[in-house]
Amino acid sequence: MLKTHRELLARFQSLIALALMVLAMSLLSDKFLTPENGWNILRQISVNLCLSIGMTLIILAAGIDLSVGAILALSGAVAAGLLKNGLVLSPLAVQLQFTVFGAIVAGLLVGTAAGSFNGLMITRFRLPPFVATLGMFSIARGLTMLWTGGFPITGLGSEFGFLGTGVLLGIPMPVWISGTLVGVFVVLTRKTRFGRYIYAVGGNERAAMLTGLPVDRIKLGVYTLGGLLAGAAGLIVTARLDSAQPNAGLGYELDSIAAVVIGGTSLSGGRGSVVGTVLGCLIIGVLNNGLFLLDVSPFWQQVVKGFVILAAVAVDKMSSREV
Amino acid sequence: MTDTGEVVLEARGISKSFPGVKALDGVGLTLRSGRLTALLGENGAGKSTLMNVIAGVFPPDAGELLVAGRPVRFTSPRQAQDHGIAMIFQELNLVPGLTVAENIYLGREPLRRSGLIDCAALNRNAAAWLQRLDLDVPPTTPVGRLRVGQQQVVEIAKALAGEVRILVMDEPTSAITERETEVLFQRIADLKQQGVAIAYITHKLDELARIGDDAAVMRDGRMIGSAPLSELSQADIVRMMVGHDLNERSRRTAPATDDEVLRVEQLTLRHPGRPGDFLVYRVSFRVRRGEVLGIFGLMGAGRTELLECLFGLYGRACSGDVFIGGRLAVLRSPADAISHGLALAPEDRKRDGLILSMSVAENSSLASLDRAERLGLIHGRAEREHVQGWLERFRVKTPSLRQRIRNLSGGNQQKVILAKWLATSPKVLLLDEPTRGIDIQAKNEVYALIDELTSDGLGIVAVSSELPEILAVSDRILVLCEGRPTAEFTRAEATEEKILRAALPRKLASLC
Repeated sequence: MLKTHRELLARFQSLIALALMVLAMSLLSDKFLTPENGWNILRQISVNLCLSIGMTLIILAAGIDLSVGAILALSGAVAAGLLKNGLVLSPLAVQLQFTVFGAIVAGLLVGTAAGSFNGLMITRFRLPPFVATLGMFSIARGLTMLWTGGFPITGLGSEFGFLGTGVLLGIPMPVWISGTLVGVFVVLTRKTRFGRYIYAVGGNERAAMLTGLPVDRIKLGVYTLGGLLAGAAGLIVTARLDSAQPNAGLGYELDSIAAVVIGGTSLSGGRGSVVGTVLGCLIIGVLNNGLFLLDVSPFWQQVVKGFVILAAVAVDKMSSREV
Repeated sequence: MTDTGEVVLEARGISKSFPGVKALDGVGLTLRSGRLTALLGENGAGKSTLMNVIAGVFPPDAGELLVAGRPVRFTSPRQAQDHGIAMIFQELNLVPGLTVAENIYLGREPLRRSGLIDCAALNRNAAAWLQRLDLDVPPTTPVGRLRVGQQQVVEIAKALAGEVRILVMDEPTSAITERETEVLFQRIADLKQQGVAIAYITHKLDELARIGDDAAVMRDGRMIGSAPLSELSQADIVRMMVGHDLNERSRRTAPATDDEVLRVEQLTLRHPGRPGDFLVYRVSFRVRRGEVLGIFGLMGAGRTELLECLFGLYGRACSGDVFIGGRLAVLRSPADAISHGLALAPEDRKRDGLILSMSVAENSSLASLDRAERLGLIHGRAEREHVQGWLERFRVKTPSLRQRIRNLSGGNQQKVILAKWLATSPKVLLLDEPTRGIDIQAKNEVYALIDELTSDGLGIVAVSSELPEILAVSDRILVLCEGRPTAEFTRAEATEEKILRAALPRKLASLC
């Protein structure tokens, strides 16, 4: 009896926390529970959601990625730069012009390449994920500075800006993008072999290897997808601001790790879900938005967020304690 | 030698259960000062568990411990150390990044008045111990740089450096050279002279004549008997270890067909740390359809390594030819081995066999998920139907297929692993200690399954360190000793004595 209670609590704790938070915020502020504010929150979390989906896969496979914020900046900057200035190939004396579509594809490719590089370092050279992605963090930040010269790239046009500010069928584009990605990755994690193998590798890598699973390919896959999703997030951020900031995404990797953890995914791998991460992002989003509406200083917001992370993990540990 | 020293430690009625298995059942043991008691028994008899209880690693479920006549209750190894009990573990418990001296005095470093560690004294004291144990390395060497045998000597120094009245040693000579063994025996003699009581687990009966005073023989978690060694012949000891309550199971006698499913020629695995030494050396055998080949060996005989080699775990470190269904198979990874129709149920299920965070269904389907796919996606019902047949046939007891595997008993976990492999339609099943850590009833069920699977035409290689098990399941028995094949028996020829004699290192075999 006790055990089933605990299991129920463990299963729905993020949902319960979110519900309580929504309830509290709506009692404290009459501006909170309105449709506009609802869309606001969803739009605000969409960038973190893109990053956090990738982070979920990586953490499920018992890894970590500290480079997603930097990859976000690099992808956004590359897309913006190509769109604005094209690519000058001086030895050939040609200048390639990029369409919006071309720039988007290039931005996503840059993210994907950076993610695969992480994966190769981890699988080929057996670097710990923490170290490999810390290296990429610095590399991608440096490349962004080199590419932009340290200045924002602005004035990208409304066509590109649509990705960040457009509304389709009453729904903001960033919400369309992040929502679609949630759908795709929920199916990927729950219904495909690759998804199942991610859980197996994170749960017990040695047993997964002894069962004949392609452990290295799976790891390479999750880091590559993490890079691709960071690229997508970079495009949204850039389009929304109509500007690629060299310092975009600073500290975002920590926000996404926080969302994954609050969503109940175990940092030791093998346990958790994309849906949990969506809840984690919502909890952070509601918290930031609600505290803002209540005129709480952003400094306090950080403090509160810290305590929420600690509480989420402490509750998770207590409710899932074995034996 | 002293005749009968005073009793320094007495264990009475010690019982200890682990999930799914009763490891100790009302065991008693007496250790006397200045005497070495050899603890004997097959693997899984409960020797190590008993020693761990005495050394405070885990508390007993029932029974009491008396040290110098006073009842004690240990909740940590530290408390046992405070009572003068030191243990040398089978697996090494050293911190590789710390130096030899730091390891020896870990947790009781000599301090200066300022409260800082007195490094000079630390290294001086450690050097003195190293000299007494004849280990020629500077005390400032990081332990990680030492050979395993040298590390074992450091472990011994660590145990001796405290105030020791009772010393527990779990197979201390399994990883060290003959010369290091010699030095250890001299130190053991010194310690006995000083009145230290020693409990000593070993499989090497020939060691006993030199250092032992008493023998205590365990089997199936019970103490079978103890006596001064002088009153026991080696034959007595072997008989006590083996026991006579062998369950004479009626067994399928359908002869195996003559189709060979697996042939192994000259399989050899180099020792990763010691060049010129081998973990498995020129082992050859064949398995026919519907046949069970049992492989017996004691600790360190290379049983597990042999199976892992076959399963592609060692890549190119492993040489020799493997033929599956008559065709040469190149096995460089578990994925290769599986695609050729091999399957391995490992000895350490939790570490190597199961994804504990997953459900029964997910564990069962993991090796053959492609067969549960519809249109590229895993289809829940197809997955359940794919594995249900095997789980039902193996009578896996679980409340539902969604149950977490960690909540099942050891026997049911093992059946899930078998189901996982059978779902891949293998040709040859490799079983490493198929009933390690599971209770008697589940054991018999696993034996019945093995019989059943052979009648389906599967070839099985079963490795075990338990004699009754080998005799219960095998059609033929291959015996390994120190990585080398030493004998092969048909089921009719095999007796426990013959097998054990072939499995013991050669020096001893002549004594039996």
